[in-house]
Amino acid sequence: MSDHKQPDLARREFLGRGAAAAAAGVVLAPGVMLYGVAQAKPADEPVSSKVRWGMLVDTSKCSNGCNACVDACNKEHGLGNETHSRDTQRTQYIRKVELRHKFTGATHSLPVMCQHCETPPCVDVCPTGASFKRADGIVLVDRHICIGCRYCMMACPYKARSFVHEALTDQRPHTPRGKGCVESCTMCVHRVDEGRQPACVEACAADGSHAIIFGDLNDPSSEIAQRVKTYASSEIRADLGLNTGVRYQGL
Amino acid sequence: MKNTKFMEIGSGKGFYGLLALLGVAILAGLSAFFYMEHTGHWVTGMDNQIVWGAPHVFAIFLIVAASGALNVASIGTVFGKKIYQPLARMSALLAVALLIGGLTVLVLDLGRPDRLIVAMTYYNFKSIFAWNIILYNGFLALVAVYIWTMLDPTVKKFYKLAGFAAFVWRLILTTGTGSIFGWLVARQAYDAAIFAPMFIVMSFSFGLAVFMLVMMATYSWTDRPLGDAVVRRLKNLLGVFVAGVLFFVMVYHLTNLYATEHHGVQAFILRDGGVFTQAFWIGQVLLGSLLPLALLYHPATGNSRFWIGIASALIILGGFAQLTVILIGGQAYPLVLFPGYEVSSSFADGVINSYSPSLPELVLGFSGIAIAMAMMVVGMRVLRMAPASLADEVADPHHGK
Repeated sequence: MSDHKQPDLARREFLGRGAAAAAAGVVLAPGVMLYGVAQAKPADEPVSSKVRWGMLVDTSKCSNGCNACVDACNKEHGLGNETHSRDTQRTQYIRKVELRHKFTGATHSLPVMCQHCETPPCVDVCPTGASFKRADGIVLVDRHICIGCRYCMMACPYKARSFVHEALTDQRPHTPRGKGCVESCTMCVHRVDEGRQPACVEACAADGSHAIIFGDLNDPSSEIAQRVKTYASSEIRADLGLNTGVRYQGL
Repeated sequence: MKNTKFMEIGSGKGFYGLLALLGVAILAGLSAFFYMEHTGHWVTGMDNQIVWGAPHVFAIFLIVAASGALNVASIGTVFGKKIYQPLARMSALLAVALLIGGLTVLVLDLGRPDRLIVAMTYYNFKSIFAWNIILYNGFLALVAVYIWTMLDPTVKKFYKLAGFAAFVWRLILTTGTGSIFGWLVARQAYDAAIFAPMFIVMSFSFGLAVFMLVMMATYSWTDRPLGDAVVRRLKNLLGVFVAGVLFFVMVYHLTNLYATEHHGVQAFILRDGGVFTQAFWIGQVLLGSLLPLALLYHPATGNSRFWIGIASALIILGGFAQLTVILIGGQAYPLVLFPGYEVSSSFADGVINSYSPSLPELVLGFSGIAIAMAMMVVGMRVLRMAPASLADEVADPHHGK
């Protein structure tokens, strides 16, 4: 069983070490702290449960019609290159949802993606363990052992997952999408491991909205931890008690 | 009652003709599989909203019917009812055949069927799906042993034990199948413990309906005598099972109708769901339950083999309708992420999803039935499965009393 995973690990380690070396070069410059949100961990250091990566979406800053996060995600992960699939068959890691309260008429616009639950139903139901959660809270699909049964798609309360309906080419090295497997938002784990921010967060900030912040929920000094401590925030389908890593403010 | 004499079925033109017909259906199913596997699932009716389509309806029907088909044998072995004992071999063989047919369809509709070995070697024991893989394989093994104890006098001493083990296992297995849906907390139509017992009663009903048709066809096509005692006993039991399913369906809907939270999905299935509402009221309730009940118990039709056959076929049809409503209807109703809000998005949030099965999916589904029937026909040809006679004086322990 371990043979099956070995070549891939080696490849990832190689890529990771390269990235870590690059990141380390920047950090080593005296007195320069480029990464206020997250520090790259050395590639040979295991992911730690001391960290809980999360996002906070401030819906009051997220505007109807703005799609910057979605566009950035699609670009980052090479999504939208299906040539045969119908619209309903195309992969979406993140989508903008428009809300209008039936009684009060209040409206909200917000992005919905994998909520990176502490106890993810997709991980519970996956027969092979392909759906898994990293120690730092990021929920991923191991595309080497996903058999494409789609049970995780049935189980996800957020409809966050997509199934690859056709053969794809020119995938991004960090997002090895393949026909017949299920996929979803990776919280840009490849960026996070390099100490960078997820593409959607970066794009939202670049757009001037600053509606999404990313960081370590377990680090009391991080901006996200301070914000969720100070202001009321909520989870989508909090009734399920999944303790999601993605939280919403102003909803 | 005399000792039952078992005989292989003959190998006339009818045997080879039937086998050829089933062979064509199986080949068509394999072609459909290769086509979908080669091109990808974009050629099917499935998408990211309706992820389990027609093949799952067929597969789950066959799997549920498989465990139910074993009941005839269980009633004979476990509960000691003599009239059922001569039927035990056919019943057990049918259980194995239906399960293999269903599993074949299920596996061939995977996104990565080439990774079947992964499913057998990587287990997440919190997944009911993973447990089901063990339950299915265990069922096949146990029933195979059970059949062996019936065929080989040297291991007859294990007959009761094997029969009992298979019976308990089949109850656990169907609990597992129902829990695939019952344990889905996310979706409005599922997340209900009643799915497990409901699936068990569904298995009683669908499995016995299939068994009735297979038995009557076998005895008619091989010109073997089939007495009224056996048929009458089975059809009365079948009626009880059909009523049992209706009871569970009623409790499920009434419970959900009581909770405001579930009014949306209930209104969808029971009133506003278009094809799903029709499948429920016309397919499942009227044609699949009430009409067969009337046919089975009305004095004018209840004693007619023809009408009992029609009733069995209708119950099977109703079973497909029911699974369509549960599986596809349950997915068609949108997930409620934001209660109280109207929602819209590029990913079909708040939208009733639609699904129309593609031809390859249907062909694959029907090939599962063909696989099961082909196994049945070949099994009865090479092994002594079917009693030479089920005439009343042979089969009925109370005959002449």
